[in-house]
Amino acid sequence: MTSLLAQLLSPGPVITDGAWGTQLQAMGLPAGECPDLWNLTNPDRVRQVAQSYVDAGSKVILTNTFRSNRITLAGHGLADRVVEINRVGVEISRAAAGTHAKVFGSIGPTGKMLMMGEVTEEEVFGAFAEQAAALGTSDALVIETMTDLEEARIAVRAAKTIGLPVVVSMVFDSGKARDRTMMGSTPEQAAETLAEAGADVIGANCGLGMDGYIPIAKRLRAATALPIWIKPNAGLPELVDGHIVYRTTPAEFAHQAQALREAGVAFVGGCCGTSPEFIYALRTALRL
Amino acid sequence: MEDLKKMYDAILNGNFKAAREITQQALAAGVDPQVLVQEQMIPAMDEVGRRYEANEYFVPELLISARAMKASLEFIRPLLTARGAEPAGRVVIGTVKGDLHDIGKNLVAAMLEGAGFEVIDLGVDVSPEKFITALNERHAGLIAMSALLTTTMNSMKTTVEALKAAGVRNKVKIMIGGAPVTQKYADEIGADGYSNNANAAVALARKLVAA
Repeated sequence: MTSLLAQLLSPGPVITDGAWGTQLQAMGLPAGECPDLWNLTNPDRVRQVAQSYVDAGSKVILTNTFRSNRITLAGHGLADRVVEINRVGVEISRAAAGTHAKVFGSIGPTGKMLMMGEVTEEEVFGAFAEQAAALGTSDALVIETMTDLEEARIAVRAAKTIGLPVVVSMVFDSGKARDRTMMGSTPEQAAETLAEAGADVIGANCGLGMDGYIPIAKRLRAATALPIWIKPNAGLPELVDGHIVYRTTPAEFAHQAQALREAGVAFVGGCCGTSPEFIYALRTALRL
Repeated sequence: MEDLKKMYDAILNGNFKAAREITQQALAAGVDPQVLVQEQMIPAMDEVGRRYEANEYFVPELLISARAMKASLEFIRPLLTARGAEPAGRVVIGTVKGDLHDIGKNLVAAMLEGAGFEVIDLGVDVSPEKFITALNERHAGLIAMSALLTTTMNSMKTTVEALKAAGVRNKVKIMIGGAPVTQKYADEIGADGYSNNANAAVALARKLVAA
């Protein structure tokens, strides 16, 4: 384990952050606009989201850079702003974190499928290596919400080129038992492939609520000696009058999180539908 | 050729090289292309779809089978066209205005092609005007819209309204899909159908074309 991770984890599990996109929308992010562009156009509001998580007790916060690889930004006509958006994203989170929290740079999927030949392995590697370098002032990198193990593997290799610790987190929401990625990989296959690619932390986020990720966490724990990272959704979304609603309350979420700690999870936070209230509840429930 | 079942297996196993070779051999041996498609290839794709719905197959298996199907159809389609056979249907497909997420749309397009539809793929962020122009120019009977985000989903409603305003609503069937989309939403906006995965989309498209 890297010294940073060892130091972070020595007192026990680390509380990470919750969702950013929904928080930004609540602050007026318009539909269809690239949330990451707000790092440049509305940095104060992005900072408010970061600050709200630090205030709630997050010891690790991410950056508003989930879509800021060249391939995804190109869809928004922003391919030439990769470096700027990522660099400022780290600065914003760093200013909010101060000495209270570490900043992990967020890297999301390209949104293109390797298998369909929409992008080549070289293009994907290049895009992630470029983003990782632009996030280079982070304390670590988080490759998250990955649905394709092959893309995740390439991302880990690319991210490792800059020397920071790398977390990689897959979505397990497919298959009969909802324990496969969209492409059909199991937690065991993911753990093996990603550890081999050089990941420092392996995890799961999005797609399922707490109850779904407790068994996944146990399987990841059994499959690898690396620290485990888990960020469930606030339950499964329901559509009510055209709006997405997550039914799990912060208290329920935090109560179930006890089982994640018992499963030996090192990093706990939330994905879609979670907010600073969830993080505060987690911190209270886990007494961290 | 005595063993057309090999064609079925090639599609089911996603072996596109075998699919191509068997197609060429079968055609050279005088097999009716329509028989090959109807009795071997489409049943094989249906089995792929069944396994996908039963969670025995995942997206990669779906894609490689669709690719094998496509490889074979490249030889067969010109023959069918030459004898005046129409495709299973013509579909205009795209993600709606404001939405750039095309994985779901691409899967549906691949599966529809595999099922013998002619697919006119307009890509991402497709405005109502672009949908209408394509429908008119290509004489498509179906429009398939996709959205991943709740924030862009309402472009589906706008598109349906634009189709009405342009006087072409009654000439096409409308199907929609994407993570936040539900049957209830399809009913609300006046779409003809909704499906929650790429395989169900094929079944829906067939049903709508036949209606």
